[in-house]
Amino acid sequence: MSSADSPDLESQRDDAESVDEDASARSVDDAVLEVSNLHKRFGGIVAVDDTSFSVERGSITGLIGPNGAGKSTTFNCITGVYEPEDGSVTFDGTDITGWEPHQVANQGLVRTFQIAREFPEMTVLENMMLAPKDQLGEHLWRSVLPGARGGVVEQERELRDQAWETLEFFEIDHLAEEYAMNLSGGQRKLLDLARALQTDPEMLMLDEPMAGVNPTLEEKILDRIHALREDGYTFLIVEHDMDLIMEHCEHVIVMHQGGVLDEGTPEVIQSNEQVIEAYLGGEV
Amino acid sequence: MSTETVADSDGEDNAPAPMVRPSWFADIGRIAAVVAVTYVFFMGLGLLAGLNVNFIMSFLQRITFYGAVFAMGALALNLHWGYTGMFNIGVVGFMGVGVYAMSFVTASPDASPAGLGLPIPVGILVGFLAACLAGLVIALPALRVRADYFAIITLGFSEIIRLLAVSGSLRTLPGGYGTGGGSGISAPRTDSVVSWLQSKPVTGELTDGIIWAGVNLGGVPDSVMENYVYTGILIGIVILIFLLLTRIAYSPFGRVLKAIREDELAARSLGKRTDRAKVVVFVLGCGLMGLAGMLWLGKRTLVTPNHIRPIWTFYIFVALIVGGAGSNTGSVIGGFVFAAFVYDGPDFLKRVIESFYEVQSPPTIADAFVSSNPLAVIDYLVNSMDEIKYIILGLVLIVLMIKRPQGLLGHRKEIAAAVDLSRPSTPSDGANSTDESATTGSAGGESDE
Repeated sequence: MSSADSPDLESQRDDAESVDEDASARSVDDAVLEVSNLHKRFGGIVAVDDTSFSVERGSITGLIGPNGAGKSTTFNCITGVYEPEDGSVTFDGTDITGWEPHQVANQGLVRTFQIAREFPEMTVLENMMLAPKDQLGEHLWRSVLPGARGGVVEQERELRDQAWETLEFFEIDHLAEEYAMNLSGGQRKLLDLARALQTDPEMLMLDEPMAGVNPTLEEKILDRIHALREDGYTFLIVEHDMDLIMEHCEHVIVMHQGGVLDEGTPEVIQSNEQVIEAYLGGEV
Repeated sequence: MSTETVADSDGEDNAPAPMVRPSWFADIGRIAAVVAVTYVFFMGLGLLAGLNVNFIMSFLQRITFYGAVFAMGALALNLHWGYTGMFNIGVVGFMGVGVYAMSFVTASPDASPAGLGLPIPVGILVGFLAACLAGLVIALPALRVRADYFAIITLGFSEIIRLLAVSGSLRTLPGGYGTGGGSGISAPRTDSVVSWLQSKPVTGELTDGIIWAGVNLGGVPDSVMENYVYTGILIGIVILIFLLLTRIAYSPFGRVLKAIREDELAARSLGKRTDRAKVVVFVLGCGLMGLAGMLWLGKRTLVTPNHIRPIWTFYIFVALIVGGAGSNTGSVIGGFVFAAFVYDGPDFLKRVIESFYEVQSPPTIADAFVSSNPLAVIDYLVNSMDEIKYIILGLVLIVLMIKRPQGLLGHRKEIAAAVDLSRPSTPSDGANSTDESATTGSAGGESDE
């Protein structure tokens, strides 16, 4: 699945270098997520202004930009939290523009939040058990009627084993029976990621997964992300830490003032003066 | 069912560890223990004070009856508020819909206002469905708004129901039907279901047998015994509702409900259809509230708008808070404890005090303070126990909120899953991590038994 081999990368680099002003023209061989001409405004503020980009299947793509660049709003428009005013979002060949959050998630595009949104008064295991999709027992009658419950119990057992496995993978299995509210900030981030993984997604969108996480845990999270990418998952990561993005992503999209300023490999981005200016707060 | 699960899981996983998930059987035992202790307490107090045994027995019957009613209300509210986080402060409105619908169905066609004259069980079924329908009608617009506005809508609904019932324009409708306005609808009492049961083949013999036993072995009068049987039926219904809700709680559906309470957007972002779950649960809870209303108010010969005042919503909230929101076991215990100690207990206490010395109450509190009798203030308080009750209610709530906001039982302990969630034993388990999970387990909620 990790088809991001070197020829592709090189051609991307060439593209990015040659057509700097029209970033959306970048062609991706196998795009899993395509965002085109996305618009979203709040009152008089244009939060997302004609944003287009695509994410290659099996890649770790970074989305960076200064505060207020429209990263989180773009995230919210893609995942159905907000409805975009214009533009389209295509995931895995399906037009998902304006879909409800649960529909987007069930399509295989699952997100985490900037501030971890665990279910505080549920145990870590309950958090994990909630996530898998198409659970039989989520229908009231299935859960209650005596004859119908057999299948539910069977499935619950599978999900429990799966939850323990994932917790072990993230090394938070010792916290399994703890209430989520008792976890530290970093552990919550891990739980958020582990829980999102339980839905068996195609692609994960992580909103600042490293914010407020200590370096040791950060290393652990990054380690897991790389391992998962090897397994074929696609990642789109919003992050403030430039060094981190440059080191771990093979493709970087820079947003500024609601639009895409530039995109390309980390090397290209780092040498772009516009990007440096945007981060230093200069006029573009 | 529960024991089956244990057996299956042991067989499949070869897990020697005992089931740690709290079982409904143990929970019912816990509830029974609280009830028994309460009985013994009041019985002892009553006998000590030399009160009439019949009086004590009828008091126990009364707290059991109200305990069952409050338990039903608290269970339904727990489904809404404790589990799903839907702050429904229109509980009595749904009770009203149920009891009015039932009265309409069961009242005699010759009465004024007229009814359909059908048997009580049919009336209860119609009342339940009517309350469900009312829940659906409210749910569709109300669940689209934010939680605080949702609360206001439910409160508004319950007042609309009360005002409709009191309204003159619905008092008499064509055909002699109507709400009867302020004077209400007169319908057969729901406890006459006991005589209805007696008239049927199998249940009749059973009921007759119980009443015969009570009259001949216990020396209890016939009419009192019928009261006991009705209260017994209520206890049976509470147990059925408890089992139903416990089954929901220990299921993936219950897990979705909890997730809605904790963070609805996060649940939706994980692909959960929270809108559908909320409507289903709201409708079911409203139906159960209607049922509680019918079994309680239906015991009066007359149902009037005065019976569906918002104070009853408040009582049910207090009962649930006492027991601990989020726990079905807590709901039942809270309902019973509230009925016994807060709702009915003060009157009993007054009788006990009066039996020790003659209470000579001054006419006003001011007189009590200036009186030469040092006990005058206490006399005054004892004599005004009916009003003092509400002060006690407020104090209980304040103390509880400060000292034990999670309720008597401690809340939200019930792990939402259909199976035991402890780690399946696999050879790869490191000794280190097993130790850790054992220590955190004792701090967590699963080590309940």
